[in-house]
Amino acid sequence: MKRNKAWAWIVFAIGASYFLLPLIATIKFSLEIRKAGWTLDAYTNVFADERFQQTFSYSLFIGFCTVLVGLFIVVPAAYYVRLRAPQLRPIIEFVTLLPLIVPAIVLVFGYIRLYNSSSWLPLTNSNLGTATLLTFAYVALGLPYMYRAVDTGLRTIDVQTLTEAATIMGANQLQVITQVIFPNIIVAVLSGAFLTLAIVIGEFTMASLLNQQVFGVYMQNVGANRAYEPAALSIISFVLTWGAMGMIAFLGRFAPKTAPRT
Amino acid sequence: MASVGSIADSAAGPGDPGPAVAMRPSPFGWLAGLRLGDMIAVLPFVVFAVLFLVLPLGYLFVQAFQTQDGAFTFANIGGLFSPKILDAFWLSIRISAASGGLGALIGLMMALAIIRGGLPSWIGNAVMTFSGVASNFAGIPLAFAFLATLGRLGLITVLLKALGVNIYVRGGWDLLSFWGLTLTYMYFQIPLMILIIAPAIHGMKKEWNEAAATLGATNGQFWRYVGIPVLWPNLLGTLSLLFANAFGAIATAYALSNTAFNIVPILLFAQIRGDVLGDRGLGAALAVGMIVICALANVIYLVVRTRAERWLK
Repeated sequence: MKRNKAWAWIVFAIGASYFLLPLIATIKFSLEIRKAGWTLDAYTNVFADERFQQTFSYSLFIGFCTVLVGLFIVVPAAYYVRLRAPQLRPIIEFVTLLPLIVPAIVLVFGYIRLYNSSSWLPLTNSNLGTATLLTFAYVALGLPYMYRAVDTGLRTIDVQTLTEAATIMGANQLQVITQVIFPNIIVAVLSGAFLTLAIVIGEFTMASLLNQQVFGVYMQNVGANRAYEPAALSIISFVLTWGAMGMIAFLGRFAPKTAPRT
Repeated sequence: MASVGSIADSAAGPGDPGPAVAMRPSPFGWLAGLRLGDMIAVLPFVVFAVLFLVLPLGYLFVQAFQTQDGAFTFANIGGLFSPKILDAFWLSIRISAASGGLGALIGLMMALAIIRGGLPSWIGNAVMTFSGVASNFAGIPLAFAFLATLGRLGLITVLLKALGVNIYVRGGWDLLSFWGLTLTYMYFQIPLMILIIAPAIHGMKKEWNEAAATLGATNGQFWRYVGIPVLWPNLLGTLSLLFANAFGAIATAYALSNTAFNIVPILLFAQIRGDVLGDRGLGAALAVGMIVICALANVIYLVVRTRAERWLK
């Protein structure tokens, strides 16, 4: 058993150094903007930058829109498939997995070809249209995670009985979904929402090709023009990702532990 | 696992096949009970799927087989076999295979270390939490982190230089190279592997060890005849997922080097931006080529994954 433990510690140590060294190096680099010693000036520069504030709040806004649109698309469909048409499940699951199979750059290429200014639905003509297109592109990116989260949530509650009970009490289908099912899966929904936000906030490829000034594009710009601020941005992104994952883990504690009869 | 929100969940689909499998009168039986409310419920999903998944991809497929005038042609697909594009595909495949293969191997070893290596449980929890974060820490910020570590002014580069070792010599280390990008990609590949393989390793029951030991098997024999064969479908499947994961990635490579890397996604990026290939049809063919390779890798993953789950339930 002793020998067994030694190899595990060695593997762990190698792995830990591979994962921690870049973080340490980046933190150190981000503090070295003044020759005189370590300062937080790189972070102050970033936070004070008007373009940071604009692009970051814009990314947040697009992220929230993405979550709302995603919920509107996913929740009713997942509910319906679970309750009444389990035969459709493989088809729906395949569709929700498509964005994992097809790279984001290919998807956005398709959008640009299909919705360009000379097409049947010229979304890229106006800024509002392009922003809408970007939102839907992000919905597609988040679809696998959002669907999975909602479906997992539905699996932990007794959809059938809840629906029957609500219907007997006179609720219509819209009320069942919004007032009975949705509140019961809110924890799962929020997990999906935070994961989607984590993916969308720093996204570069799609936004860049749609000429949208989002946080990811801003980071790329800073990276091309500055030395120390990119390191600060990298740490900020890492903390943001950590925050989103932390929220998901935190929410997990409130998830219902009871499964329906099976 | 759902709380970590890994791709494992989204792709695994261990879900109940549903009661419908047992008693299905006809595949279209559900149509009979279809009500207006049901149709409205699925309508947003269907409209979205058609407008933002089916049509755009279908349109690219059509364009890949069309001349500028709209006639059918194989010329675009044939155009993919030019030296520059073949080079790009080859480099992409090599980087994806290397970062996926090494990522899977190291991820497997780390998962084994934390789950079966007898490390304190807080370390295991920390590694799983960190994996959830690191597997989502990709794109532009990841490039910045590796520039600060192994770039020309990076911490390790500078430290080694102080020790008298200059890694940036001709023929030496370069972050903007095959190995540089591979090492960078492994930062999200290894955690992804840990997240996906950990449930499979947890699923290996203690009794298997005991049964093998009772029959006189050594530890090595246990892994040779029981452990690896049981994990094998999972390993193979995850490998293809990691491959596809790296194959479509672009932001990190772009932030490291702009368009210096001749990999397929960067070539496609430049094509979308400025039509560098000078041929719309060829651009579509390039996208279709990417879809085909990623789809192949994912089909292997999904098929193998379904088989693997029979074992571990």
